[in-house]
Amino acid sequence: MQKKTLTALVSTAALAAMTVALAQNLRLSDNVVRVGVLTDLSGVYSELSGQGSVKAAQMAAADFMAMNSSFRGKVQVVGVDHQNKADVASNKAAEMIDRQNVDVLMDLPTSSAALAASEVARQKKIPVMVVTGGTTALTNEKCNKYTFHYAYDNYMLANGTGTAVTKRGGNSWYIIYPNYAFGQDLNRQMTAAVQENGGKLVAPSDATPFPNTDFSSYLLKAQGLKPKVFGTMQAGADLVNVVKQYNEFGLRQQGIGLGIGLLFETDVAALGQDAFSGALATVPWYWNLDQRARDWAARFEKAFGKKPTWAQAGVYSATMTYLQAVARAKTDSGDAVVKALEGHRFSDFFARNAYVRPQDHRVLLDVYTVQVKPKAQAKENGDYFNRVATIPAARAFQPLSESKCKM
Amino acid sequence: MNTQLLLIQVFNGLVNGAFYALLSLGLAVIFGMLRIVNFMHGALYMLGAFAAFALGQAFGLGFWPSLILAPIIVALLGMVLERTLLSRLYGLDPSYNLLLTFGLTLLTQDLVKQFMLSHYAVSSAPYTPPAALAGVVNLGFVVFPKYRLFVIGLSLVICLLTWFVIEKTRVGAIIRASTENPGVTRAFGIDVGKWVTGVFGVGVGLAGLAGVLAAPIYSVEPYMGAELIITTFAVVVIGGLGSILGSVVTGFAVGVLAAVGAALYPPIANTLVFILMALVLLVRPSGLFGLPEGAK
Repeated sequence: MQKKTLTALVSTAALAAMTVALAQNLRLSDNVVRVGVLTDLSGVYSELSGQGSVKAAQMAAADFMAMNSSFRGKVQVVGVDHQNKADVASNKAAEMIDRQNVDVLMDLPTSSAALAASEVARQKKIPVMVVTGGTTALTNEKCNKYTFHYAYDNYMLANGTGTAVTKRGGNSWYIIYPNYAFGQDLNRQMTAAVQENGGKLVAPSDATPFPNTDFSSYLLKAQGLKPKVFGTMQAGADLVNVVKQYNEFGLRQQGIGLGIGLLFETDVAALGQDAFSGALATVPWYWNLDQRARDWAARFEKAFGKKPTWAQAGVYSATMTYLQAVARAKTDSGDAVVKALEGHRFSDFFARNAYVRPQDHRVLLDVYTVQVKPKAQAKENGDYFNRVATIPAARAFQPLSESKCKM
Repeated sequence: MNTQLLLIQVFNGLVNGAFYALLSLGLAVIFGMLRIVNFMHGALYMLGAFAAFALGQAFGLGFWPSLILAPIIVALLGMVLERTLLSRLYGLDPSYNLLLTFGLTLLTQDLVKQFMLSHYAVSSAPYTPPAALAGVVNLGFVVFPKYRLFVIGLSLVICLLTWFVIEKTRVGAIIRASTENPGVTRAFGIDVGKWVTGVFGVGVGLAGLAGVLAAPIYSVEPYMGAELIITTFAVVVIGGLGSILGSVVTGFAVGVLAAVGAALYPPIANTLVFILMALVLLVRPSGLFGLPEGAK
């Protein structure tokens, strides 16, 4: 007993000494670490990221300060609206870095906006952690030393869902995708995943206008083609319309299943759980994944009034990971933090078995293929998913051998 | 493309055509009678859908009562707007009412968005067709949602009815007279101002009706009218500004052409209507059904 107390004392003292050392060597640019959440505060993605992402980053900042009482700097979170436009994102990123002394950029829904901000961050040597943008270009041809891609990407979505659906017997597909960078990329990835698993496309994929509300032509075409799976690569409001009309035209009753490229909890909420029932999708996280996830989600709900989406949970995790890298590097200087992040292995309530791959800055983590359950099976509000498969971090993302990244 | 798919698309196009027709009909009535370019028409269409959704949420009202009530609410709101704001701009350059209605559109969209987020925690809401019209019906050449058939049918009836009232009845005669020559009409003891407000109400009520009809097909969301209104303006221009018959016929025709276009070559679906507009303007600047300037 006494020995135990002694050990505890000694280790506490050692820890204290270490943290003091950490505090003394800490070199912050202006004694404040500023986290810039560059997100959509007013548009189509404001619900799934937006203010919730800002709140998540603030929670991470507060938790970090509480856990590191000896950290002598302050952490501040700034939320800025990029309106999902590449030019606005580019201007705002530069303004945040130059005028507000922001030390890191976070979130960045909309692939084009994420790519634009990533380029600004590269020029200004500031780390950027893309959580809500999906394009794989960020870790391929457009990769750079300062950009990290967190939570998910199109390869992971396609690989997860394409494989799961095809292996479960959905081996003939007809795919539609929105005609812009994200949709084109996702269609390519999904087609490859289906074919690699022995499936086939019954007709070439169709590009739909973006944004679009009426998908009846494509649904009627699917009726004629009779594939086993109708694959939709649309996102957000467009996805809601596709699925609504998929149900309206009775495709499920005609034996045509639904494969979804990118699914957020807010889409399920917008349309009702039953409309999505049976559909498969791949997500990096969901709030009732397990007890750890539930605990964090409960805290978020208390603070924000709504359950978190996986994008918002991802922003918390990315912010925490960044701040811990600052603590390890003992500075908020971009180059040093990048170094502290590279090769870092960790596991938190969001990112399990996570690894920051140094070669392309893809953050690898376990992801989950889920099936939307009917409302009748939901145990509580927001209980949307049944887990079909866990894809381990090492297999979930594009292998390094296929990467086009030259850093 | 085989004949069956072509036939399917022609048929399918009638659904979107129904929405174009109802909206452009309202625009044509308002422009033809009052010379107002009502940019707010799309927002009022959205308000129709939103009213149906909100009535359901607040009072548990189903689709059928909403189909009657929501357009009336939109019409009343339109009449209030006409009396308080638009009427002040009569006689001024048309760009003033364009700017006003555009501003009102932005305001309405954001108000609805804030309201939906704060009250229902969603920015796009589900709305289902009535039980009697749920499901699909096998027409032989295609399996088609019953509700969409109903949309085609009802909008045809409404369009015919509107055309009949304006062209063939005494009420229509008064309306036409009030706008053609307000001074003389007033001399007959007719309160022209009231008729103008009424016509505006009916015009935007048609937009509200289209909104309720759209709610079960598209999600109810604050910006649902924004895209549609651009196409609708193109339809109005093709049909001939202010021509009632023109807006109805062109509305359905554009719907069908866009659907066939989408099947033949998907990227063209959204541009087709503007290509058509450019062609028509080259050949007949006053639109297909519009009378050339000076012929009136």
